[in-house]
Amino acid sequence: MESWRRNPFVFWVTSLPPTLWLLFFFLVPLGIIWVISFGEKRGVIDIEITWVLDNYWRAFDPLYLEIFWKSLWMAFATTAICLIVAFPVAFSITFAPPRIKPLLLLLIILPFWTNLLIRTYALIAVLRTKGMVNFGLEWLWDQGNWLLTLVGLGDLQLLGAAFDPLQLLYNNTAVVVGLVYVHLPFMVLPLYAALDRMDRSFIEASLDLGAGHFRTFLTIVVPLAKAGIISGIIITFIPALGSFLTPDLLGGTDSQIIANVIERQFKNANDWPFGAALSFILMYITFIALTLRAFLARGSSAMEAG
Amino acid sequence: MRNYGKRRFSRRNFLAGTGAVAAGLTLGPKMGWSQEEAQVNFYNWDTYIGETTLADFEDATGIAVKLDLYADNDELFTKLKEGNPGYDLIVPTNDYVERMILADMLEHLDHSLITNINNIDPAFQEAEFDPGRKFSMPYMWGTLGIGYRKSAVSAPPDSWKVLYDSDEYAGRIALLSESILEIGMKYLGYSYNDTDPAHIKEAEELLIKQKPNIKVFAEDNGQDLLASGEVDLTMEWNGDILQVMEEDDDISYVVPKEGSLLWQDCLCIPKGAPHPKNAHALMNYILDAEAGAAIADYIYYATANKAARALLSDDYNMNPAIFPSDETIANCEPSVYLGEEVIRLKDEALTRVLAG
Repeated sequence: MESWRRNPFVFWVTSLPPTLWLLFFFLVPLGIIWVISFGEKRGVIDIEITWVLDNYWRAFDPLYLEIFWKSLWMAFATTAICLIVAFPVAFSITFAPPRIKPLLLLLIILPFWTNLLIRTYALIAVLRTKGMVNFGLEWLWDQGNWLLTLVGLGDLQLLGAAFDPLQLLYNNTAVVVGLVYVHLPFMVLPLYAALDRMDRSFIEASLDLGAGHFRTFLTIVVPLAKAGIISGIIITFIPALGSFLTPDLLGGTDSQIIANVIERQFKNANDWPFGAALSFILMYITFIALTLRAFLARGSSAMEAG
Repeated sequence: MRNYGKRRFSRRNFLAGTGAVAAGLTLGPKMGWSQEEAQVNFYNWDTYIGETTLADFEDATGIAVKLDLYADNDELFTKLKEGNPGYDLIVPTNDYVERMILADMLEHLDHSLITNINNIDPAFQEAEFDPGRKFSMPYMWGTLGIGYRKSAVSAPPDSWKVLYDSDEYAGRIALLSESILEIGMKYLGYSYNDTDPAHIKEAEELLIKQKPNIKVFAEDNGQDLLASGEVDLTMEWNGDILQVMEEDDDISYVVPKEGSLLWQDCLCIPKGAPHPKNAHALMNYILDAEAGAAIADYIYYATANKAARALLSDDYNMNPAIFPSDETIANCEPSVYLGEEVIRLKDEALTRVLAG
């Protein structure tokens, strides 16, 4: 069983069911949507495939381009914050004592076992006006007031007449927080995998030769973990770009992103061709991102070989 | 590994194979082998049927009811658009009934099977969107209005202005995510069903100007936001506000003076229903006086069933939030299906409103 060439029968038997599954339940529906994106609406439910590019031209209207840009920007922000937060986490897991390493990994993976919808609702309970964060801040405010009263400055109301809760929900900040919360494990795991494979002797050599910790980190660790960083960025960016649930539940009046528009085309607006065109533009952006990754990977593997 | 491909055809293999085939058959879709099996597939809104209605129906007729839920009309329409996946009875709102009739998605009703048709209030026995009630039977109706917290407002609101045109309660108001353009046009004095692009643009600009004061466009949970104190005023369906009014005395409901939307949910049978006779039976049962009264008493919406109303208390019949005064009703309009072009126009306007 070392090579499938020696046992083609085994190869085909084991790979045929998943290939058929991929074909019928992934590629064919995708193909249908692709064909619909070239169609036009006729009446209430009929769609005629006229092979026109009208839907794509309509998607290049400044209104939709602006929404695409906002979605891209939010996905960038989410990915950047995830990267900055995940790197120290992955680093500390890599260098943790072997006894507690599995435990730390489990803690990162545990949120995956909870449904996305539940996790988002939990975040609502934390961030809303009468949520945990505001309860905590209100408690601190009360303690502050108590201390001031103790000192005799109570009447001056230095902390304000009443506690003003932070508006943490129903705005773009909440959406980014939600997206980071949901996508963080996606970033930690590839980083951990890359850091784990790294040869520790490089770090020792660098420290021995006189480089400081920070310089070692920047010039040795980060380039060696590049494959992991790029994988992590791709795995975080693409779902964040197409994310629909989190902005819908956590967002305010100006948090509409492209996924919400696409959903409306398929439901309220009953305009499947336009929705299909918008979806495929998103997919083309994804393909471009993946191609970039392939180029970068090829470049870096040439560097490793050389 | 060398023996691969040389499996003997033994009795064990044969039995295993037929066992797998049999298991696979049971997992397949159930075809109606018999004339019409004793089942009916009911596709309904959440919490929109009485507590024991379906169980009582099963006891009375022996027909099992399978209940599926949907969250809004669009979900219902999208699911049925490409073909009926097996539902017998659905509950669309009046403008979607119109859409479905145009798209030929509904079965003609056999009135001879619906003996309780005389229980229906005369006002609902005819309908503009379904002349002769050929495709639908009225179920519940209601209004769209403002739910508000009495202790948090300076005066009880009586106009859409507090939501659309004033910053008095900035950051403490929520609007629905649908119907906002149409209600905006009502506030500006036009009809809910106005199709003039200039009027739609006016409503769009009004909303864009008001956006900084609006906290959120709630999907359908405006009443939860009101109850939890996130907002003090919200645009919501009367039934939703009534539900939270039960638990919180500080909440009240009003239909603004400019008028509002008058919606009507109807029972329909989609084309391709596998059990049309059972669907008629269930429809007839729901229109029964006692069953109708039990439903109305449980879900607290206004029923179109006159015989059912006669069996209910004054608490229900005299509640102004459920049954608004004739004057208020005169100001309200039902939503009309205006054609795909207008829908596209309004969707673009909505996208512009929601865009940063």
